[in-house]
Amino acid sequence: MARSLKKGPYIDYRLDNKVIAMNESGKKSVIKTWSRRSMISPDFVGHTFAVHNGNKFIPVYVTENMVGHKLGEFAPTRNFRGHIAKKDKGKR
Amino acid sequence: MARIAGVDIPDKKRGEIALTYIFGIGRSTAQKILAQAGISLDKKAGEWNDEEASAIRNIIAAEFKTEGQLRSEIQLNIKRLMDIGCYRGLRHRKGLPLRGQRTKNNSRTRKGKRKTVANKKKATK
Repeated sequence: MARSLKKGPYIDYRLDNKVIAMNESGKKSVIKTWSRRSMISPDFVGHTFAVHNGNKFIPVYVTENMVGHKLGEFAPTRNFRGHIAKKDKGKR
Repeated sequence: MARIAGVDIPDKKRGEIALTYIFGIGRSTAQKILAQAGISLDKKAGEWNDEEASAIRNIIAAEFKTEGQLRSEIQLNIKRLMDIGCYRGLRHRKGLPLRGQRTKNNSRTRKGKRKTVANKKKATK
């Protein structure tokens, strides 16, 4: 179910504060974050986030098109490399 | 046979149903269009006179996206998802379901015909 509009988008306030501080100071650095659930707000555009995927941090460069998505959508948590090759299975 | 929005409309069906032959118009949209044009839902499409048909054409052109326009909009939305590299875009690329359905079995609509893997049935040991 979608989030109620009344509440507005959810953004982790610590993350939001960091971005606002960076925008004010004009600095740019990679922000490490675990907050995959945070919505990407228009302020985030142009910054790079290192989003945790449970194992490591995936660098995500935010573009305008990404506004309205969540950070976690850009850092996949599963890594499917395909099934075991046929030969390995036949042996044993 | 009337042509509306570049599609042939079957003459022998009720207006409400006949309009649904256009891509992008379903039952409820068809009802809205006919109500706005002031035509009975039960009137067959073949019985519309030129005035009524053009009224319908105008309403559709002004208010609804149909056929090619709608298809290209959908494709653009999908392309956007794929370009930004989000989860839904990746699922589109792989041809798998987007909304968290299971893929261990089923989801044949997205995955297409079954591709059998040879020698899978033989139990090892």
